[in-house]
Amino acid sequence: MEMKKPVIKSIPYEEFKDNETLEALINELNKERTNVVVGKLDDLINWGRSNSLWSLTFATSCCGIEFMAVGAARYDFARFGFEVTRNSPRQADLIMVAGTITHKMAPVLKRLYDQMAEPKYVVAVGGCAISGGPFKGSYHVLNGVDKIIPVDVYIPGCPPRPEAMLYGMMQLQRKVKVENFFGDKNRKYSRSNMPSDPIIVTNVPVSQNENTEEK
Amino acid sequence: MSPEFIELEILRPRMEELHRNGMDFLRDIIGMDWGEEGLGAIYALENSSTHENIQIAVRCTDREKPQIPSVCDLWSVAEFYEREVYDFFGIVFTGHPDMRRLYLRNDWIGYPLRKDYDESEAINPIRMESEVPEDLQRQSEIEEDAARELFVKQTNKIFGDQYIINIGPQHPATHGVLRFRLALDGEEIRKIDVHCGYIHRGIEKLSEKLTYPQILAFTDRLDYLSAHQNRHALCMCIEKAIGLDITDRTQYIRTIMDELQRIDSHLLFLSCAAMDLGAITTFIYGFRDREKILDIFEEVTGGRLIQNYNIIGGVQADITPDFANKVKEYCKYQKEKIKEYNDVFTYNTITRKRMIGVGKISREDAISYGCTGGTGRAAGWACDVRKRHPYALYDKVDFKEILYTNGDCYDRYLVRLDEIMESIHIIEQLIDNIPDGDYKVKTKPIIRIPEGRYSASVEGSRGEFGVFIESHGDKSPYRIKFRPMGLPLVAAMHKILKGAKVADLIAIGATLDYVIPDIDR
Repeated sequence: MEMKKPVIKSIPYEEFKDNETLEALINELNKERTNVVVGKLDDLINWGRSNSLWSLTFATSCCGIEFMAVGAARYDFARFGFEVTRNSPRQADLIMVAGTITHKMAPVLKRLYDQMAEPKYVVAVGGCAISGGPFKGSYHVLNGVDKIIPVDVYIPGCPPRPEAMLYGMMQLQRKVKVENFFGDKNRKYSRSNMPSDPIIVTNVPVSQNENTEEK
Repeated sequence: MSPEFIELEILRPRMEELHRNGMDFLRDIIGMDWGEEGLGAIYALENSSTHENIQIAVRCTDREKPQIPSVCDLWSVAEFYEREVYDFFGIVFTGHPDMRRLYLRNDWIGYPLRKDYDESEAINPIRMESEVPEDLQRQSEIEEDAARELFVKQTNKIFGDQYIINIGPQHPATHGVLRFRLALDGEEIRKIDVHCGYIHRGIEKLSEKLTYPQILAFTDRLDYLSAHQNRHALCMCIEKAIGLDITDRTQYIRTIMDELQRIDSHLLFLSCAAMDLGAITTFIYGFRDREKILDIFEEVTGGRLIQNYNIIGGVQADITPDFANKVKEYCKYQKEKIKEYNDVFTYNTITRKRMIGVGKISREDAISYGCTGGTGRAAGWACDVRKRHPYALYDKVDFKEILYTNGDCYDRYLVRLDEIMESIHIIEQLIDNIPDGDYKVKTKPIIRIPEGRYSASVEGSRGEFGVFIESHGDKSPYRIKFRPMGLPLVAAMHKILKGAKVADLIAIGATLDYVIPDIDR
């Protein structure tokens, strides 16, 4: 059986901006066909996993406040299944690196990432986590978390708007859907510690109708 | 105001004399590197009753082993300020009980704010192994007891043989990446050791290479909940230095924006304090109302959290035509909602039980530790910069300075809640009278500040935010120093926590309302 396109309820497939990265991932996975039973089980488990992504509350600076705003009344990420935030890395599926990572924080971040259970994902939120942002030239700032941990989704902005965060999280949902959960093909450690291709959130689609997201 | 230079030998007697004469508020200690003239420090002092200011500077020509006598027995907050200067400049304060680095790792090589500091990656690479606290490095000794049995004797120069637990840097109740090490006796806290620097971004060093308009962007990212006020302080300082007069319209816009930002910050304080104590509903309420301010910000400035609105000589863009209506509508809405917070949180039994009488700080301690803002005012210290040294339009509007007397968590909470009402009161006086005119004064693209030392301060959302610039006539500052609002609060932690339980730490941390990037800079 073949892996299908990752469809999520929130936005139609065509409206996402970066479908090529995921299609390349699907093609790679489809090279070796999957057993029907295992494939169906994968679909079921990925559907469940993608709709209950638990994030670690890891906010070092400004982006963390926007992350809280996404969790609060107006933007309400509970609509997408991200509302459970965990304070312990042992219980989290993903780590949202929201804020600047400094030299002193780098070993702590790495340790938190190592403590998380597989499968785990990393979302780099904001300019600082992606490249060092405005503090790039500083003696005490790590220029991009991808230097120490593999990143799955980048959400640029300083800080990113809540809509951009939701869009980035939906991209992560789609990425979760194109994984062979059984077997080790898409596990991070099986590919000699190389991160899978990241998705970069650009041009967040602007919905004409405010309720499009809820349809 | 230019500082008074005195000899190193007479620093102690002079400081003791000033302290006796009522200079009881140490605003800041600014470490300096004057190149060949040596290293030094500038002490900014204030009299808490007459609001008289004075700056004292000392120089120390020995660059290899610079030493300055400590003043931390006179002003308690100096303990942390001096550790900061030691961390960045390597000046040892003789007589200081605990001369450790405050921000950087203890295996960091060099002192980054010195002019001859080498920033290359080879000297200070990103170290991926965890930092071992200094007090744990050389602690084990093998000893022999009378029965000739070997055992390991543990000595810890900070905590002795007390039981230590670690909180942070990744902990939801520390509001960011602050780290505490606590010595516990059962549930009671005996001693606290604060580790800062997990979000130290080196803003002051970065600024020395940038032009003045470029530096403005950093101020928003220091304390992102006082973005307007921080930027206001820096703009004000630069405008003062180059002698630029700004228009009335700008003053009105800046004052209104500052107050909106204060409400925004206090609402976030309310939400987070409530969530820390387990009241999720209040969190949702607070954020719901905060979004309404963010809408106004977004419409006028284009940014939600970080607005980049003030510029040197004015503001980035004019206010929108329906700004006044939106703000008035919001003020009306917010006044009603305060009742809702009171019903659900303020008069709640659990809130009162967890806050009343917990984490007390006296007025004298608040001054000695320099705890400005809500913490100081809850303890009865009238420390509002808007009243002490009025700037912008604060001498023209009528408002009360909210003062409480107990200095406990509940008072700190009530001060903020009342200040929301007071800020609305200020906005309502101004919003209908915004004069016509230009919203900015044209400035040169490259701004050079004449040689000298300048300082300005504003009332940020959680205390006095100060800016100090030393210029040598270039397009970038020779030294820029921001007075953090949160560092004195964190310095006072061990005083406030004395005798408190571990669970109280959460309530105390929440009501002190520090923002870590502002402490660490």
